[in-house]
Amino acid sequence: MPQNPSLKTRTGGRRSAALKAAFPLTIPVLAGYVFTGITYGLLMVSSGFPIWLSTLNALIIYTGSLEFLLVAMLLSAFNPVSALVTALMVGSRHIFYGISMLGRYRNVGRKKFYLIYATTDETFAVNYSAQIPAGIDRGWFYFWVSLLDQAYWTVGATVGSVCGSFVTFDTRGLDFVLTTMFMVIFVNQWLVDSDAARKVNIYGFLRSHISEIVGVASSLACLAIFGPDDFIVPSLVLILIVLTIFRSRIAATLPSHVVRPADETHVADDEDGTGRAPAAAQGTAELAKEGSR
Amino acid sequence: MTMTPLQMGITIAMCVIGTVATRFLPYVIFRGNKPIPTYVQYLGNVLGPAVFGLLIVYCLRNVNLFAWPYGIPEAIALFVVSITYVWKRNMMISMAAGTVLYMVLVQTVFTA
Repeated sequence: MPQNPSLKTRTGGRRSAALKAAFPLTIPVLAGYVFTGITYGLLMVSSGFPIWLSTLNALIIYTGSLEFLLVAMLLSAFNPVSALVTALMVGSRHIFYGISMLGRYRNVGRKKFYLIYATTDETFAVNYSAQIPAGIDRGWFYFWVSLLDQAYWTVGATVGSVCGSFVTFDTRGLDFVLTTMFMVIFVNQWLVDSDAARKVNIYGFLRSHISEIVGVASSLACLAIFGPDDFIVPSLVLILIVLTIFRSRIAATLPSHVVRPADETHVADDEDGTGRAPAAAQGTAELAKEGSR
Repeated sequence: MTMTPLQMGITIAMCVIGTVATRFLPYVIFRGNKPIPTYVQYLGNVLGPAVFGLLIVYCLRNVNLFAWPYGIPEAIALFVVSITYVWKRNMMISMAAGTVLYMVLVQTVFTA
């Protein structure tokens, strides 16, 4: 078949062109993932787990916050239901990334399965906000961003584990890195909400941050009632109940693309689909960008 | 280690299943051009920030406010994380500053 070689070169050229376009955008993620991955590997090894387990978790779970939580889970009593619920809960934000990427990941062929599987905060932020140059294959561009990001994370975790086996310094307090990560994401969300609320002149401490406040208050209440070992599931249930009961009131305080129960047909036409997602995406994109400085 | 290798394998598998489910769910539900229900859109707006609030509380669940050191190292470190983030808007700087400061505090100043 005389056509084959030329076809191959063309496909190869398309792939490498997409890689060239994708790589620069992943450099901030490279810095962030390698740093956090190394910390994860260090924590795993200092908690007594083998090196290969860090690599495996980085590869197959591939969501930083859950992997850090998994360290604590693996050190406590066996509770598969709680593990599943925690994974669903921590991953719930992926659902909203998915909703935002529905259109962009359309018509990219079989790569779509990998693109969905490799969804993370940072990969979403890059792929969602990327201005893909004309002539660059969209599917391959998204694919390279996703693959490079996963490689950074996995390599970081492995390097951290290997170094961790030789580390002799006191690692007490290292697990606090997880708390700082959640705190940064929380503060970033808080600032994004403040900005969005100010833009439409409805800023108020309580009403602009009602979801953050409901999250913290419900968790503290459940922690007081159920104790430190069993409060996660009740907390999530309480958060869902509170957010659902007060939906019409809370939705009215949401800035810009307000999602009101009555607007059923109108909102369905909304191009953004997810209401606040663009603002959140911008925040995450900035988060990823800032990582490089 | 309190778990057997099999139990650890099951726990990890649960994490994989849960995570993969959240990643694929929207693509399974909203195949084609079906509109997204407003309730789902609403949850998309409000659930994320709430969950991160819960995760912070989860990380601090074993801090005892009524006994030495009264959660002081955690409070100081998280304050520094917030201030540096508002100031620099750089995730890595804030995480590094908060973690290193916390490690120094619990290893030198607030030793049990």
